[in-house]
Amino acid sequence: MKATIDRKKCTVCGVCSDACPMGAISLQENQVEISDDCSLCGICVDTCEFGAISIPEVGKGPAEDLQSYRGVWVYAESREGIVHKVGHELLSAGRVLADRRGVELGAVLLGAGIDDGIAEELISYGADVVYIVDSPELAHFTDERYSKCIVELVRRKRPEILLAGATSMGRSFIPRVAASLGTGLTADCTELDISEEGLLLQTRPAFGGNVMATIICPNQRPQMATVRPKVMKPVKRQGHNGHIERVELPAECFEARVEVLEVIAEKDQTAKLTEADVIISGGRGLRKGENFKLIEELAQLVGGAVGASRGAVEEEWIAPSHQVGQTGRTVAPTLYMAVGISGAIQHLVGMQGSQVIVAVNKDPHAPIFDVATYGVVADLFEFMPAFVKRIKRERGGEA
Amino acid sequence: MHLVVCIKQVPDTKNVRIDPDTHTLVRQGVESIINPFDLFAVEAALKIKDEKGARVTVITMGPPQASESLRDTLGLGADDAVLLSDRAFAGSDTWATSTTLAAAIRKMGDVDIVLCGKQAVDGDTAQVGPEMAALLDIPYATFVKKLELPQSGFLKAVRQTDEGTEIWKIPLPALLTVIKEIGEPRMPSLRHKMRAKKAEIPVWGAVDLGLDPEFTGLCGSFTQVVRVFSPPRRSNRIQIKGTVEDQAEQLFQYLKNAKVPGL
Repeated sequence: MKATIDRKKCTVCGVCSDACPMGAISLQENQVEISDDCSLCGICVDTCEFGAISIPEVGKGPAEDLQSYRGVWVYAESREGIVHKVGHELLSAGRVLADRRGVELGAVLLGAGIDDGIAEELISYGADVVYIVDSPELAHFTDERYSKCIVELVRRKRPEILLAGATSMGRSFIPRVAASLGTGLTADCTELDISEEGLLLQTRPAFGGNVMATIICPNQRPQMATVRPKVMKPVKRQGHNGHIERVELPAECFEARVEVLEVIAEKDQTAKLTEADVIISGGRGLRKGENFKLIEELAQLVGGAVGASRGAVEEEWIAPSHQVGQTGRTVAPTLYMAVGISGAIQHLVGMQGSQVIVAVNKDPHAPIFDVATYGVVADLFEFMPAFVKRIKRERGGEA
Repeated sequence: MHLVVCIKQVPDTKNVRIDPDTHTLVRQGVESIINPFDLFAVEAALKIKDEKGARVTVITMGPPQASESLRDTLGLGADDAVLLSDRAFAGSDTWATSTTLAAAIRKMGDVDIVLCGKQAVDGDTAQVGPEMAALLDIPYATFVKKLELPQSGFLKAVRQTDEGTEIWKIPLPALLTVIKEIGEPRMPSLRHKMRAKKAEIPVWGAVDLGLDPEFTGLCGSFTQVVRVFSPPRRSNRIQIKGTVEDQAEQLFQYLKNAKVPGL
């Protein structure tokens, strides 16, 4: 199977050929040919202004009674009685989807010794019902137990949409939920919408953030997506009413072959990159490890985390847990400040989702400036102390 | 012990860029590479082979030219390689990919540990490993940074999470997805390269895997791309000029107006 071209519409302009990441589209004398290298990625379809390219539809399969699935669900990740912020963000986004569909918004809480208080909190973010599975076996996260519990809940209640945060927990066990249910899953979405027919339109970056793709799951339910933290806005709905339902599940849901021996919380607060609102990152421009104190000082002043480029980690100036980029963490804080980082594409894909990006670099042609909201061409050894001083002056004024 | 490493041939994203005028992907000079995370998985397998002795088989699903990536891993010291290739596999989403890879692992029968990179850098989904483990009904651990085999039949995995680290004991057979800290990939050796050059790489298609082509590739996928577009461009790029003191002052005001927390 490959993309097909409507020869009547095709003008042999060649735009699709340039766009194809597989190099599968070639221009022959007076027509376009698609080779077997076509991976059906669909990138060409949108580049054609004449609408001449189409790709076949996904297998219809035994389209179950899709209408029997109703409701939008959010898995509200929690650890030790604290709900991850992404749960509130997803309920706010889920509320909009549920209202458009005229259905209930459900939240799912898994854990040990769950207090009604945190369920009430989920209701205040728009949940109509909060399902709680409370068991000592769920005290520590394991993919097996957590996925078996959600799979069982979905089989009983049949929601049409299930959302979870694209955190290390969500990205670990939600694929097992999807595979166990035999439904599609879209990872790391940054935008959600819903069509007239109730199809969840899941938009996510692809090819290292170079393109955006909108994905649907037409014939299976629930439609499942993990959503990047900090992308959706949490909206409190004072006075919103909902109820709590504690669910008993059969013993086999709590069986696991994996044994959790130890859970060690990261002590270094500055390494908590994915949760941070502000990240100050350093790169090779710092010239030596001890100069990371310029980064650390600012991070501490604004209560932010410390990031690093691959280069800085390779020089062993800082631990690998601080690395941002393709082989490190993907982050999207409110402020990302890149100091002495030139901005190789591998770094950019890990931070370009940040709301505000500040780049400080001596080289005005550094690629980091292409993605920076505010570009500061300066010697970082002069600029950083000046910037810290400015913030301290403000603090002094406040005191 | 038999270890299977799943790899993916991906476009080298550092050369992929968007044409600023046409907003389309420019693939000029884009080469295919082995997904960097998968090289960490190969390294993890080879380390176990070095320490405990094991047979390492590398598999990939892809077009015929993906066999070159497999050959590269033989050059690093893997024992065998199998290419899963069939026109019927084209357009696979993560479910269809997992189905195909799981079928190959089932066909081999005697697999103790399946190793994958944490995600592929073209799709960035991180879903194929866990989905495959679900289909094979074996336990798994994601984001593994350290691995030990302290007793037979079990492994100890150190996972990196958003909140810290976790140590898990997992019975075999099991599947792991690994991250960079597992160890930098070694260089190919001359001896292995010589062998790799001559190695026969079998190709398994849908029929060989006992898969109905109706349930592979795009036909067997649950998700479909309906639109591809360029990411919105950052509109307000501002160059901050002046002396460093001026620059510091301006940046401070901008960030304060943008209500950046902590400022």
